[in-house]
Amino acid sequence: MREIEFDVVVKAVRDMIMHCGTDLPQDTYDALEQAMEDEKSPVSKEVIRQLLENANIAKDEKRPLCQDTGLAVFFVNVGEEVRINGGLLRDAINQGTEQGYTDGFLRASTCEPFSRLNLKDTVGYNLPAIIHFDIVKGDKIDIEYAAKGGGSENVSRARVFPPAAGKDGIVNYVKEVISDAGGNPCPPITVGVGIGGTFEKAVISSKHALFRDLETTNPDPEMAELEERMLTEINNLGIGAMGMGGTKTALAVHIEANPCHIASLPVSVNVQCHSSRHTHITI
Amino acid sequence: MATYSLTTPLTSEDTKQLKAGDTVLLNGTIFTARDAAHSRLVALIEEGKELPFDLEGSVIYFVGPTPPKPGDPIGSAGPTTSYRMDSFSPTMLKNGSKGMIGKGGRSQEVKDACVAYDGIYFGATGGAGALLGKQIKSAEVIAYPELGPEAVRKITVEDFPVTVVNDTEGNDLYQMGREQYEVKN
Repeated sequence: MREIEFDVVVKAVRDMIMHCGTDLPQDTYDALEQAMEDEKSPVSKEVIRQLLENANIAKDEKRPLCQDTGLAVFFVNVGEEVRINGGLLRDAINQGTEQGYTDGFLRASTCEPFSRLNLKDTVGYNLPAIIHFDIVKGDKIDIEYAAKGGGSENVSRARVFPPAAGKDGIVNYVKEVISDAGGNPCPPITVGVGIGGTFEKAVISSKHALFRDLETTNPDPEMAELEERMLTEINNLGIGAMGMGGTKTALAVHIEANPCHIASLPVSVNVQCHSSRHTHITI
Repeated sequence: MATYSLTTPLTSEDTKQLKAGDTVLLNGTIFTARDAAHSRLVALIEEGKELPFDLEGSVIYFVGPTPPKPGDPIGSAGPTTSYRMDSFSPTMLKNGSKGMIGKGGRSQEVKDACVAYDGIYFGATGGAGALLGKQIKSAEVIAYPELGPEAVRKITVEDFPVTVVNDTEGNDLYQMGREQYEVKN
């Protein structure tokens, strides 16, 4: 059994949060550069130019890319041959989150649902983090992280269709969600689509789909084709960067599909803004 | 599509010349308010009480900035999604405010209020918080400090870049832009 010190996890999480707050991941930066080249609308082109300039300023001056530094969302794969020495893994991730948001001068956006007040104060205490655990083979811990902003989360939706809805039903639903969202989720967006499983499995899959690097496609050719079809149809909506009208509404569509009940076809659409701040580390 | 440089407070003369799609570089004092602050401000108006700042000609920025680093007036400060302020904005405009800065579409009631009271809804680039934060030269919390990032701040901006989304004639850049680039199957 391999042992990992509690503080090692805390430091690793802190560092990844601070890095993601100010440094746009290369895959996202590259996708925005490509989008600027492809975009037909001069207004949207200028918006994307500002986004790239913003990314350069944020990186050079270590300023947060966006004031919405998100809720901290983690997918954690824990090897069955590893244990944390000195505390619980969940506590280490939460402690690292608090340190990262505090030391990085990132906004704590977590609040109580009705009083709307932060659970402690407004600097740093962005807790509790949203953590999804899984147990895997091996003696390592893999931590995937994304900062998830509110504007794009607010337009996300899920629905359980009858099986007869099929691919066309799902494509139309995704289009409807993105069309209704317009400029609100800060396009050009990434669209995570969870298909199948149960209701909550579809939702979690749609979230996890947003953690994939933007240039990747689903390894299943059928799903890759569906991703391409959805991307084309979304870009045909004409929403453009920040809703100003244009040809690049989405940078990527990522599908995660699961087997489901014979009676059901669950679908979830989770949207990430143009500032797709995501990374992962293996300890 | 023209480019203007305007200094707050804005007058009807300032706002009526602007058309959806125009670029404006804003200068002067603007006030920040988001969901919770709007709820309180509109309650004060309805109760006939004094507001923490003069609404006449004011521009309201929908933003909840990150905490400033030592030596900076403010942290990153891009716009938040505006529709959440839709139920409050007509009251603000009716009582003298002339401009709003945010991102995303507004309700018909807000667009109608822009026409009725010579108001403008400006769009700033969402997610460009580092870039926009640099155009803010000073910041001071003037009300509701307990709301943290949602407190009302008086900020001074220089050449703060915004685009006219809803003008005083009822035009909507989001609708116009989308109609132009939508590919119908």
